[in-house]
Amino acid sequence: MDFLWLVPAFPLAGFLVLAFFGRGLRGRSGGVVGSAAAGLSMAAAIAVSIAFAASGSSGYTLTLWSWFSSGGLASSFAFRLDALSVAMILVVTVVGFLIHLFSIEHMAGEEGYPRFFAYMNLFVSSMLILVLADNLVLLYLGWEGVGLCSYLLIGFWYRDPANGLAARKAFIVTRVGDVSLLVGIFLVAQSLGSFGIQESAQRALASWPVGSPTAIWAAALILGGALGKSAQLPLQTWLPDAMAGPSPVSALIHAATMVTAGVYLVARTHVIFSLAPPVLLAVGVIGAATLVVAGASAVVQTDIKRVLAYSTMSQIGYMFLALGVGAWTGAIFHLVTHAFFKSLLFLAAGVIINALHHEHDIRRMGGLSKRMPFVFWVFLIGAFGLTALPPVSSGFASKDGILAAVWESGDYWLWIAGLVGVFLTSLYTFRLLFLVFGDRARDGRARDGRARDGLDAAGHGEEGPLPTHAGMAVPLAILAVLCLFGGLLDFPSFLGGVPFLSAFLGGALPFSAAGGASGTEALLSAISLAVTLAGIPFGRMLARRSAEALRAGRSEPGFGAFLKKGWLFDSAYAFLFQRPFEWIARINRRDIVDRASEGFGAANLSLSLVLRRSQTGRIRLYVAALALGAALIVAAAVFL
Amino acid sequence: MTIQATDFGLAVAAIIFAAGLVGLLVRRNMLFMLLCTEIMLNAAGFAFIVAGASWASAQGQVMFIFLLAVAAAEVAVGLALVVFLFGKGKSLELDSIVSGEER
Repeated sequence: MDFLWLVPAFPLAGFLVLAFFGRGLRGRSGGVVGSAAAGLSMAAAIAVSIAFAASGSSGYTLTLWSWFSSGGLASSFAFRLDALSVAMILVVTVVGFLIHLFSIEHMAGEEGYPRFFAYMNLFVSSMLILVLADNLVLLYLGWEGVGLCSYLLIGFWYRDPANGLAARKAFIVTRVGDVSLLVGIFLVAQSLGSFGIQESAQRALASWPVGSPTAIWAAALILGGALGKSAQLPLQTWLPDAMAGPSPVSALIHAATMVTAGVYLVARTHVIFSLAPPVLLAVGVIGAATLVVAGASAVVQTDIKRVLAYSTMSQIGYMFLALGVGAWTGAIFHLVTHAFFKSLLFLAAGVIINALHHEHDIRRMGGLSKRMPFVFWVFLIGAFGLTALPPVSSGFASKDGILAAVWESGDYWLWIAGLVGVFLTSLYTFRLLFLVFGDRARDGRARDGRARDGLDAAGHGEEGPLPTHAGMAVPLAILAVLCLFGGLLDFPSFLGGVPFLSAFLGGALPFSAAGGASGTEALLSAISLAVTLAGIPFGRMLARRSAEALRAGRSEPGFGAFLKKGWLFDSAYAFLFQRPFEWIARINRRDIVDRASEGFGAANLSLSLVLRRSQTGRIRLYVAALALGAALIVAAAVFL
Repeated sequence: MTIQATDFGLAVAAIIFAAGLVGLLVRRNMLFMLLCTEIMLNAAGFAFIVAGASWASAQGQVMFIFLLAVAAAEVAVGLALVVFLFGKGKSLELDSIVSGEER
């Protein structure tokens, strides 16, 4: 397992190569280099995971070198391999590699093609450092690294100012959480005297009583960081705008990996959270609130990627809900399956958007099941995963596991919120499916819309098939297979499954959410299945209504507009923070702080105006002044 | 109050120094100004010798040797400048050189 360092090193090397020599790469070679780096990283991750599983140890630490050490606090470049980080590096590298592979073809011909892969490689490397870090400082390095890559990739098409604005919004809003995390790390280090995740956990258990103020502060501050990164209430506003980036970016960063870093962080520091029960409850409540709020917003979105973005927030809400009731392994399980089905959905959405010449509006699509049968099938698999419908095992196993754990915890109102979320998930997913792939009636509307102009210009028939390039079809197919069978990792026992993943994760996380009576679990599962199925006709109804609203040129009614704008969080923040800030900036146009330094400069200038009169060029005058000065100094030395 | 040899020597050094300084201030010819700086240097050197004799130490004389070396180097540079300036303006009147350059 000594070669663990190779896992983040390969993508980093790929980034360096692409960053320095990317300009010289022609055609698709930049994408090949980037994908090769991601692929080698995946191979190393798989090898190291096999070695780890074979060794049977519960944790392995690889210290590369000491980073800094000062006054008893030390931080080193040390990677920690345990069950949790094994699960994370496998998800990051496998999904990351597939998305790289997909992007070779998907991004072909884009301006800045090698730059795209350079950023993607840097992202994968940072994410791996984040999940492998053995101490909080190194974790923070990866944390900021993924934030930077997120910013760079949202603004990848930087010529459009709107994309730059979205990138800055994402960076600034997550920055609020990052500062909170940083202060939390300082608090942990100051109180426990160590940056190490393992040491601080042990010392916390020894020195912090349950519910002590320090533990609550530390957990709350770390939670703040997790909320920002994972787009949970109240720091969720950046994620829908982050869809300005290319679709593979949305799939990798804003669905599969980076936005789930908050879930990972809470799971990684679960000891601190279990010492702070009020904060742990807050995690669950925030998760439940986010999944309902975001799910309701997803129902009325018209941009295909924004539907998926709100859906991502909602699904991460489920993960936080699971964390909140102490179902650590359930949260990680949902993280894994969500990475499969959501990246599949985003990539398929990217294929659709490109095939329809950058048409994002789902109301203008329709009838695509005939024109893009392959994409339809993989999208359907992803959608079944998202709505937790069998036979797709991913979401079915993980989401029902979470709901069962929430039920076991006894917080029934959290369970009800989860069930409302299930209904909302079914609503927006099937509304999306019916609008995009559904009946032919809307084909006519597509002909009226912008999509048709693009199609005509491209010389395709209006009803003709839109084939998917093999370079994109293969990764989609692999993801679809992962999505179909991913749930078997931890299949519910009442259906004859084996809790493989939770047993494996038991090496790193307490398996506190012990499965209850299997009869209860089966009943809960049946309830959520019924709720999902009940959502389908309503989804179809909403789809028809949206399409009719577009045809009639009506805008959304009041409440729909409220939901569509994400519960007006943006406007509220603009009123609460942006406007006062702009007001201060306006009245302080001539900056008060600048006055001090400007005054210093002005004083120097006037002094020099006076002193330059002495520079006459008369050497004898200089000598006289020198002699006089020397005489004065001597006199002062003698007589004073 | 008897005048000590040391005091007397230092007084002589001060007088020589003052003479050099006054010469530097009143002379306009660069050659004489250089001469005056040499006089001031020698005054300092003399003060070293006197102080060395007073404390019965050889260091004063060692310093004087150093001073001689510095003075020689200074004269070499200074005379080179004088020759150069004379070649340019056919004059060694410092004020006219300075004002001439300003023009």
